[in-house]
Amino acid sequence: MWTWFHQLASPPTFYRFAESLAPWLFAAGVLLVGAGVYGGLFVAPPDYQQGDAFRIIYVHVPAAALSMSIYVAMALAAAVALIWRMKLAEVALVAAAPVGASFTALALVTGMLWGKPMWGAYWVWDVRLTLELLLLFQYLGVLGLNRAYADPRAGARASAWLALIGVVFVYINKKSVEWWNSLHQGSTLLSFEGMRNPKISGDMLWPLLVSLAGFYLFFGAVWLRRMQNEVLWRERNTRWAQERVAA
Amino acid sequence: MIGPALAVFRRELLLAARRPAEWAQPLVFYGIVALLFPLGIEALNPALKVFAPAIVWVGALLAALLAVERMFRGDLEDGTLEQLLLADAPAPLLVAAKFAAHWLLTALPLVVAAPLLGAALGLEGLPLQVLTLSLLLGTPTLMFTGGFAAALIVGTQRAGILLPILVLPLMTPAVIFGGGAVRAAAAGLPYAAPLYFLGALLVLTVTVLPFAAAGALRNAVE
Repeated sequence: MWTWFHQLASPPTFYRFAESLAPWLFAAGVLLVGAGVYGGLFVAPPDYQQGDAFRIIYVHVPAAALSMSIYVAMALAAAVALIWRMKLAEVALVAAAPVGASFTALALVTGMLWGKPMWGAYWVWDVRLTLELLLLFQYLGVLGLNRAYADPRAGARASAWLALIGVVFVYINKKSVEWWNSLHQGSTLLSFEGMRNPKISGDMLWPLLVSLAGFYLFFGAVWLRRMQNEVLWRERNTRWAQERVAA
Repeated sequence: MIGPALAVFRRELLLAARRPAEWAQPLVFYGIVALLFPLGIEALNPALKVFAPAIVWVGALLAALLAVERMFRGDLEDGTLEQLLLADAPAPLLVAAKFAAHWLLTALPLVVAAPLLGAALGLEGLPLQVLTLSLLLGTPTLMFTGGFAAALIVGTQRAGILLPILVLPLMTPAVIFGGGAVRAAAAGLPYAAPLYFLGALLVLTVTVLPFAAAGALRNAVE
């Protein structure tokens, strides 16, 4: 187990591993997102209060969940990169940031589109909304910091310190709908209580779960691909990378 | 262990005493931001009083941003930074001493000037006291987060817009709770909770960020 793990940390091995895994993740992700969105748009009944407008949930909730999960994943990679100085963890951190920023932007935009008909405003300075906007800036900070360094390793490690400190805000973001009296509703889904006694009916729930799984798998595929590119760029002077590009 | 930290502290004060313009700049900037605001809207508009806490707090944030920008740049160029990290004393402690000296030099004047600016913007009585207290509790947070961000960018060639982007998410809670305390006091509501939050932020940033900043500095000189 551990030897396998150590081998995986070597760039060529990781590259081959990702090469074989990414297409499957991508296919499964697209399939599940398709099924989830189809189920959400055509199978699930309209909501008794929100009508058809609630259907944006099938994009909004997975995007918002990913926006926070990706930052946590980045912070974990940051800890590994700083403690064990593992190059692949640096690559993972750097590769996740732009994807995380995109999902945060998607969550913000879908949330605004949902907020207009339901709350009557695109934007409210609510705790959850504010923290999600700040999360976007946190991602941009990690991205910008990484780019500002001439040496990619120094850039990744500076970003790692930032990601480690910034993850505190993700926890506050996650808990904000419980701690403060917020306009944004609490999580209906992601709790043990919610799993045992779902607060939404089954024919609305399954497309959401399928869509969530699909978004996560899709992120996995994109993440691996971006990591491959980063590894290739960092190793561009080695023989295996040049052979890979020539092939 | 305390000796080196004191030496760093004294060095910062000495440097500032030799170049007074550098540490006076944030204070002047702060005053200009806060005093130009009434001229931007009508000078006698009663809404000014409502905005006063936000104006003073945002002014303090901008001044802190200005103050930390070059915090480590000179040290990196003349090799002091390397000596700090090589010294026979824990680097986080020395970094904390440097942050503390910078707070004393650039942030404490902001706190002292706050009642004056608050009064100029129409605050009086209890809200004015709460404003000053909130800045006293909040400026160390601004200074330490700003110092951490300065440590992150010291190794870069072109920092430019980066510092505000790095600092904005980290400093926002201080502005929210600081402004919130004054608003609560002005409305006659209990204002202790936001002040406790500011205190909690203070303890958190002062204890955690020197370690992260020292790590970032080590990364920059490597």
